[in-house]
Amino acid sequence: MTETTARYALAKAAGRAAAGLSRLTGRGGGTTIGGRVTLLVDPGALSRAAAGRELALVTGTNGKTTTRTMLVAALRTRGPVVSNSGGANLPTGLTAALSNDRDSPIGVLEVDEPFLPQVAAAVHPRAVVLLNLSRDQLDRYAEVRRLAAIWRDTLSGPDAPSVIANADDPLVVYGASAASDVTWVAAGQTWTYDSTSCPACGDVLRRDGATWRSDGCGLHRPDPHWKVDGDEVIDPAGRRHHVTLALPGQVNIGNAALAGAAAGAWGVDAETAFAAMARIPSVEGRYLETTHAGRPVRLLLAKNPAGWSEALRMARPDTGLVVAVNARAADGRDPSWLWDVPFEVLAGRHAVATGERSRDVAVRLRYAGVDHARVDDLAAAVRAAQGAGPVEVLANYTAFQRYRKVVGDG
Amino acid sequence: MAESPRTESAVRIALVFPSLLGTYGDGGNASVLAQRLRWRGIPADVIDVAIDAPLPEQADLFVLGGGEDAAQTLAVSKLADGSMRRVVDAGKTVFAVCAGFQILGESFLVGRGEVHPGLGVLDCRTGRLPGARAVGELLDESAADLGLGVLTGYENHGGLTTLGPAASPFATVRQGIGNGEGGVDGAVHDGIVATYLHGPALARNPALADHLLGRVVGDLAPLDDHEEDELRRERLAFVRRQGRTWWRRQWRPPARDTSASP
Repeated sequence: MTETTARYALAKAAGRAAAGLSRLTGRGGGTTIGGRVTLLVDPGALSRAAAGRELALVTGTNGKTTTRTMLVAALRTRGPVVSNSGGANLPTGLTAALSNDRDSPIGVLEVDEPFLPQVAAAVHPRAVVLLNLSRDQLDRYAEVRRLAAIWRDTLSGPDAPSVIANADDPLVVYGASAASDVTWVAAGQTWTYDSTSCPACGDVLRRDGATWRSDGCGLHRPDPHWKVDGDEVIDPAGRRHHVTLALPGQVNIGNAALAGAAAGAWGVDAETAFAAMARIPSVEGRYLETTHAGRPVRLLLAKNPAGWSEALRMARPDTGLVVAVNARAADGRDPSWLWDVPFEVLAGRHAVATGERSRDVAVRLRYAGVDHARVDDLAAAVRAAQGAGPVEVLANYTAFQRYRKVVGDG
Repeated sequence: MAESPRTESAVRIALVFPSLLGTYGDGGNASVLAQRLRWRGIPADVIDVAIDAPLPEQADLFVLGGGEDAAQTLAVSKLADGSMRRVVDAGKTVFAVCAGFQILGESFLVGRGEVHPGLGVLDCRTGRLPGARAVGELLDESAADLGLGVLTGYENHGGLTTLGPAASPFATVRQGIGNGEGGVDGAVHDGIVATYLHGPALARNPALADHLLGRVVGDLAPLDDHEEDELRRERLAFVRRQGRTWWRRQWRPPARDTSASP
């Protein structure tokens, strides 16, 4: 045994011990602490854990977990696939996930947006999937276009991986277009407020239907290889695939198209890929349908204005509504973004505001003209939802994790 | 139904370039102003000003919000046609937050520290805070002549704004950074009221919203603001609770005397 492999073996053992201890003492799932200990003992552990595998990285503001799950489902039609579940998408979580699975030759990892350079340098992925970029946790990342710029630096150069990127998002296009091998997917973009000025030159971006072009430097929407038309995905050969998902929302057809395009890089044909994705009932609690206090409840996760806009669109009419918002570190400490979300679409309906920042939600709903109540307790909030029928729970990240426990899934 | 005749007399609120200057939910300020008029039976229209549209100079009230560097310079290039100058000279009320505040001044910094000329309608210059960005709850005590009491919000900026003699501070900072100089936040100058408070500022401080509206329509009947009051109480308690540790985290060296330099 060489010194490096000995160190890596020791690092893995230490990480597993730390993770076990964390679980035993009820502190958490242990993934993050395990990965942290492993990386502490062997800073090269992520690179070593990735060695010899063909990896795909998935990143973007919204849809990372869902798209990763879709791509895993598609690639598992060919064999075992290692992946990082449970939202552990920092280098610590990735290290833990990879070192706990010695055998799978293929892996799909979701990566927190600012960590793409560090992770890509460590694991040398075969493919990188870029979903979208929009404002999120501005107290941490300040400027969204800076993320696009660091992606661009990461993905240029001769050794860069294949890139599968959303052609409809100008920030993504700027991040991807320096790469030598890009598959463009017209996956859609409904939130355009973070890309009104050109990410390359700062001038006005003009939109005309689905296309867009910069007044200044001419950056424009590339011709997509894959397209989405309603619930059909059109592959590069022009074949139409009817995509039936258990997961709701047009946005997920776009995510499926991106995952399908990525699966193609491993030789999985589109029909097989979409059939595998169709069987996904929910994604780590997202879209989960359950019951609470005798009422059907569906959990919708939304973490930022773009995600909330999608979630409001998914909320079915004639259901009770609960809006749960926290502002912990993982959510972003500043819930001002509530005012970027078009809650006005709920005017005429009733909603229950809850979560640690329920008072911010209540004031927002007041000005949006949405009849509302404010309830501190999450379970009581579901019971307070109007009507006797199904309830849609819309929650941001840490409020959502609480709800998974409250309604008995996690 | 025919065009409502009341639209003629509606208070027009121009939300200036929400796609550029709306990063921190500041577009909400315009919604708050409009709703608070409507709830009192006064018709109000919000005009979303698109980046390639001229500034609607006939509007009664102008609202500018926060934004990133590139958006800031693009906004200045569009407003430097004299329109904002005319609006201010006409004595119109302008409420500006963060980047919107900075671009009204003489100059601000972009990118790696290049000085960019502002619109020059507000006597201030913005440089860069030494050290980290100012991120966190901001607690202000409004200037005495405004009489608005305690103001609460959230700041997220790297600007150090120096007021010139023609501008007076909007508020004294109780907790947080504000302008980063002289222990004050924001500026008041002619019809301009400027601050670093996000939240949005007018949702968390209805008294400030009514003060701005009062400049346009005169005295206003009170509204039932118990939900805003609850939110304010919660935020003030939070800041007080965080008090000591929060101060330590936010502490930075006292500003140098910059009176001799811009």
